[in-house]
Amino acid sequence: MKSRINVRNVVVALTALGLLLLPVYSALTGNIFILTLFTRIVIFALAAASLNLIMGYGGMMSFGHAAYLGIGGYAVGILAHEGIGSGFIQWPVALALSALYALVIGALSLRTRGVYFIMITLAFAQMAYYIASGLSRYGGDDGLTIYKRSTFGGLIDLSNRVQFYYLCLFCLFGGVYLIWRIVNSRFGMVVQGVRSNEQRMQAIGFHANRYRLVCFVISGTICGLAGALLANNTDFISPAGMYWTRSGELMVMVVFGGMGTLFGPVLGTIVFLLLEEILSQFTEYWALIMGPLLLLIVLFARGGIMGLLGRLSRG
Amino acid sequence: MASPLLRVENLVRSFGGIKATDNLSLDVVPGELHAIIGPNGAGKTTLISQLTGQLMPNSGAIHFAGRDVTAVPAYQRSRLGLARSFQITSLLKDFSAIDNVAIAAQAHDGHSFRFWGAARKEKHLRDAAQAALTRVGLGQRANVLVSELSHGEQRELELAVALATKPQLLLLDEPMAGLGVTESARMVALLKELRKEVTIVLVEHDMEAVFALADRITVLVYGRVIASGDPDAIRNNEEVKRAYLGDQHAVTRHG
Repeated sequence: MKSRINVRNVVVALTALGLLLLPVYSALTGNIFILTLFTRIVIFALAAASLNLIMGYGGMMSFGHAAYLGIGGYAVGILAHEGIGSGFIQWPVALALSALYALVIGALSLRTRGVYFIMITLAFAQMAYYIASGLSRYGGDDGLTIYKRSTFGGLIDLSNRVQFYYLCLFCLFGGVYLIWRIVNSRFGMVVQGVRSNEQRMQAIGFHANRYRLVCFVISGTICGLAGALLANNTDFISPAGMYWTRSGELMVMVVFGGMGTLFGPVLGTIVFLLLEEILSQFTEYWALIMGPLLLLIVLFARGGIMGLLGRLSRG
Repeated sequence: MASPLLRVENLVRSFGGIKATDNLSLDVVPGELHAIIGPNGAGKTTLISQLTGQLMPNSGAIHFAGRDVTAVPAYQRSRLGLARSFQITSLLKDFSAIDNVAIAAQAHDGHSFRFWGAARKEKHLRDAAQAALTRVGLGQRANVLVSELSHGEQRELELAVALATKPQLLLLDEPMAGLGVTESARMVALLKELRKEVTIVLVEHDMEAVFALADRITVLVYGRVIASGDPDAIRNNEEVKRAYLGDQHAVTRHG
């Protein structure tokens, strides 16, 4: 039995604890900004974790994951715009539409592999982007302001910063826990097996694409939830949020943290968004620093932050 | 003679202008070990791939256990009891040996759209996997990553994976490929045991192994069957000697 106390697990535990206690710190120091920043980080971490499910565990390099952020967001925004403010309606619709989109896109794009898969998921996401730009009733290119956050019948107040933060954190931890269960389940074994060797999995009796498709839909649905959260966080939704660069950022977060590791995407998102925040205070060309940094990670720290911590753990 | 477990009728498969399988017919009866031999490029692996469904024939029919499976996809043939090993080792390299076998057992133990319970804690899958590993002599190597197993061990694992699907018919594509003398001998001993339980189609280059193991041998040349019969008949078949074993081989055998 391997020891459970090692550098990697300590970092993960401390990060989780830090996220849990962040509102306390924010209240004590009166630093509201950090709470706002971390609300955003937590939401993106959920999106990255969902991408990691197909990318890291399933070997499906989806370059169109931002589409789900947009679909989840627009579901909330459009329903709010049409006078339906209840989250009990908005959120299930956001999830259902994301799942439906994933089902259609997945069924079509999973016929391809490798670069073609990357390109076709990208193409569909760009299509979603242009469709959103064409929604003139809902702001078109300029986007749509959401004047009222989702309501949950007084159960929870999303306008309250702390309550909203904890809701996002609950979704993140819930999402990561769900992914953990899935990855270790029979279904997860098959999905990972297909990533490793599809021919072999077919030969022992698995219809590989069926499992990939279901995995693709689960991932998209979780990301749709992140989209609903994000729209509530920014009180605004626009096509820009589903542009291909956003999909790229999500991929970077996953790679940063460590593909195919449970908590990697969370760490990757924290590091990525914190770096972006800090660097952009010094220079508007922050991407010039971020780019080479990513290169270094890809070249020298295979497995991202989790890989690095894993090597430290082994000593 | 018992009705055949596998019946191949007039199978044709071409790649461009080359007929890799040329009007090939073949019967495999339950309980036999049927070897398929032939020089390089005779279409042996192409045939196996069509039998398992990885490759679809241009024409002809394949019947398995009394059922026409010609159009049945690979994963369903596996469910019917057809298992294969690959000529070039094809395993889940980033999984442990026991995981490889347990996943194969899982494939034949109800559906796998189960998202919650931990698969590695399903005792009956683990036990079945451990039994198959022990069977092929890898009982002590269960938790080793496939990428860290030796080539010989990987060949044995291929067999354990196939066995875990509880096949009626085992298609072995050159299980001895790349094995040393001792490893080959171990594999032959293992196949001698397995053939008591399961019908086997064996594609193999190692002639010594083939003649030691086979009940019947079918000789392929350019995708065609030029001879089929028991080892003695094949050994003495003039056409086979000429086309495949070569005159020199015949001489050394008698010398």
